[in-house]
Amino acid sequence: MADLLNAFAIAGKAFFGFQAIFFALLAIGLNVHFGYTGLLNFGQIAFAMLGGFGIAISVSQWGLPFWVGVLVGVLAAVVLALLLGLPTLRLRADYLAIVTIATAEGLRLVFRSVSATPVTGGTRGLSAFNRDFVALAPWDTGRRYDLIGTTWSGSELWVVTIGWILVALCSLLVWALMRSPWGRVVKAIREDEDAVRSLGKNVYAYKMQALVLGGIFGAFGGMVYAIGTGSAIPDQYQNANTFLAYAALILGGAARVLGPVIGSMLLLFILQFADTGLRSLIANGVIPAELLSSTDVAQLRYVLVGIGLMLLLVFRPQGIFGDRREVMLDAR
Amino acid sequence: MLVLLLAAFGMAFATLAPGVASAAEAGEQVRGTLQTSLSGPIEGVTVEVATPDGEIVDTVQTGEDGRWEVDLPGPGQYVVSVDPDDLPEGVEVNGEPSRTVTVDAGRAQPVNIGLNDGSRNDGGGTVRAVQLFVDGLRFGLLIAMAAVGLSLIYGTTGLTNFAHGELVTIGAIAAWYINVQGGVPLIPAALLAMVVGGVVGALNELIIWRPLRRRGTGLIAALVVSIGLSLALRYTYQIFYGGFSNPYADYQGQRARSYGLFTLQDRDIASIVIAVVVLVLVALMLQRTKIGKAMRAVSDNRDLAASSGIDVNRVVLFVWVLGGALAALGGVLLGLSDQVQWDMGFRLLLLMFAGVTLGGLGTAYGALLGSLIVGVFVQMSTLVIPNDMKYVGGLLLLIVILVIRPQGILGSRARIG
Repeated sequence: MADLLNAFAIAGKAFFGFQAIFFALLAIGLNVHFGYTGLLNFGQIAFAMLGGFGIAISVSQWGLPFWVGVLVGVLAAVVLALLLGLPTLRLRADYLAIVTIATAEGLRLVFRSVSATPVTGGTRGLSAFNRDFVALAPWDTGRRYDLIGTTWSGSELWVVTIGWILVALCSLLVWALMRSPWGRVVKAIREDEDAVRSLGKNVYAYKMQALVLGGIFGAFGGMVYAIGTGSAIPDQYQNANTFLAYAALILGGAARVLGPVIGSMLLLFILQFADTGLRSLIANGVIPAELLSSTDVAQLRYVLVGIGLMLLLVFRPQGIFGDRREVMLDAR
Repeated sequence: MLVLLLAAFGMAFATLAPGVASAAEAGEQVRGTLQTSLSGPIEGVTVEVATPDGEIVDTVQTGEDGRWEVDLPGPGQYVVSVDPDDLPEGVEVNGEPSRTVTVDAGRAQPVNIGLNDGSRNDGGGTVRAVQLFVDGLRFGLLIAMAAVGLSLIYGTTGLTNFAHGELVTIGAIAAWYINVQGGVPLIPAALLAMVVGGVVGALNELIIWRPLRRRGTGLIAALVVSIGLSLALRYTYQIFYGGFSNPYADYQGQRARSYGLFTLQDRDIASIVIAVVVLVLVALMLQRTKIGKAMRAVSDNRDLAASSGIDVNRVVLFVWVLGGALAALGGVLLGLSDQVQWDMGFRLLLLMFAGVTLGGLGTAYGALLGSLIVGVFVQMSTLVIPNDMKYVGGLLLLIVILVIRPQGILGSRARIG
């Protein structure tokens, strides 16, 4: 029972932790892409990687100030979105899907390659770039703080505070945009591209704008993750994360402003709870070690997410808050 | 590229059953293998393990299979050195003949000591470009074998199957269990693996995709479902099979034979021959047999095929079985040359997509042609870019194709929307 409570507390922390922010920002970006515009971006993690490494490379390799690093990350994400969009946005949805997933994997391979080591740190990655950011905290970052049964270090708390403010601002922006004429056009593109084109709108340009905007949100996510972990390692940006973000988005409800946020918090809570719970069950011998060792638990989360994603799409594609008619899943 | 293999792979696997992890083995170890592609495993080389202060822990000689291992008194730093005088003529150690390694508690630490057998400097009369071209053809044939199913499935059902790579992996892993754990020779093991692949393909269709089609699930929803399936399967493999890469028990440590402008190991020749024969059979089947014609008909126009009396569901099931079996065989051949890994199929998937897109999504022959080009391109690209980035070349090719000719070489304009 104590184990269960403990698992609950750890999972409760995950509910608000920087990983939830990371996935929330990725999923907000995907919401703009997939939920509102109907673009299948399967390489969201590439934007996050550029965001994270934008800071890491600028600060620890080039010695630039932290905020310039943020700018570099955002710019890199914009360039990537333009490069991805140019060839694929005129084509059918699944081409963008293939190209984005290929790009994300390719970029990771480039970043971790031996020849990129002088810039990206190779497989070991980079660290020690968040000092300027942590120094901005209005409280003592060396101490530990107890909040409603969970313990946080001062710097963790600072990252999380700024992260959630960022999530709130991004959500607000999405909310405002989707009420604007721009948002209506974008949603119309999701429903029927040809109809929008016949009204004289430049569909290609709107799609490109949506791709860039969502990519920037993804880059912010990567920055929060890099600052939260204090290091940027190419292999942290595995493309499975893109699908975790998709799971979060669909769980919360696509094409809803708060869908991705709630979805990420819930997803992280469920994953962390399952993780800690399973580990303690294995430690107590309830689950025999031959069946499942505690090192396998980390992999099990992806299995669960995969199965969950399938079940959600088949039985409740609109997630918790979504509207079935608004989820673009039945097109071609 | 194989010919200038540095060889000497750290072997964290050897006797261990994967998944059980090394927890069963108490104490720390360093281990490795000394071999090159030309000389094969090297026997009788003295390997010395010492502490950083120079205190010798143990001195061993490599065995018949080139392997060596040394038990350590505890975790910490160790210096592993090889006696260069023991190496056969023409084989040299890359860089220093010693390596400093840090061993964590309870871990069998693999130590890589790279060996150079001279083939790097065109010693055996090989021309690097020709060598890479031949390797590329071999690799392209493997991609093609796996990708034919992907393309046919797309053609007949419209599904972009992101879980196709997992059919490749299941083939390789099934053959590994049958071959290494079951002690069955690799050739019957590969045939059994093809059966497994076919059955898994059929189960895919019967349990997931046919019911989903009946429900009227959209293609994009189906695509995301296939991603969920891919994630779930891939990490299930990792749980059961483990994160290591393992070789098959047979046909290891072959010497490369020289064919004038290039060299190849016998197993590579065999896999080229197998792939060509299988692909020709598939082409004949598509062209001549009734089911093959039905497959092409469904692929061309599903409704028209159905109304002319073709049982579409049966054809689709057949496509899945065929695709699964071919993917599994591709996995076995890939495992033979690159070892078996839990995510090998997923990594191949992106190149399969590149090949299929290049040839034209949905066309069987296009997949063949496109995959060959991608395979050759990926290998040849190592002439200009580093080896660990060669897959990136294939992915770049994919993007370039989409800009220039999005319908692919053999695709028709109508398909791209």
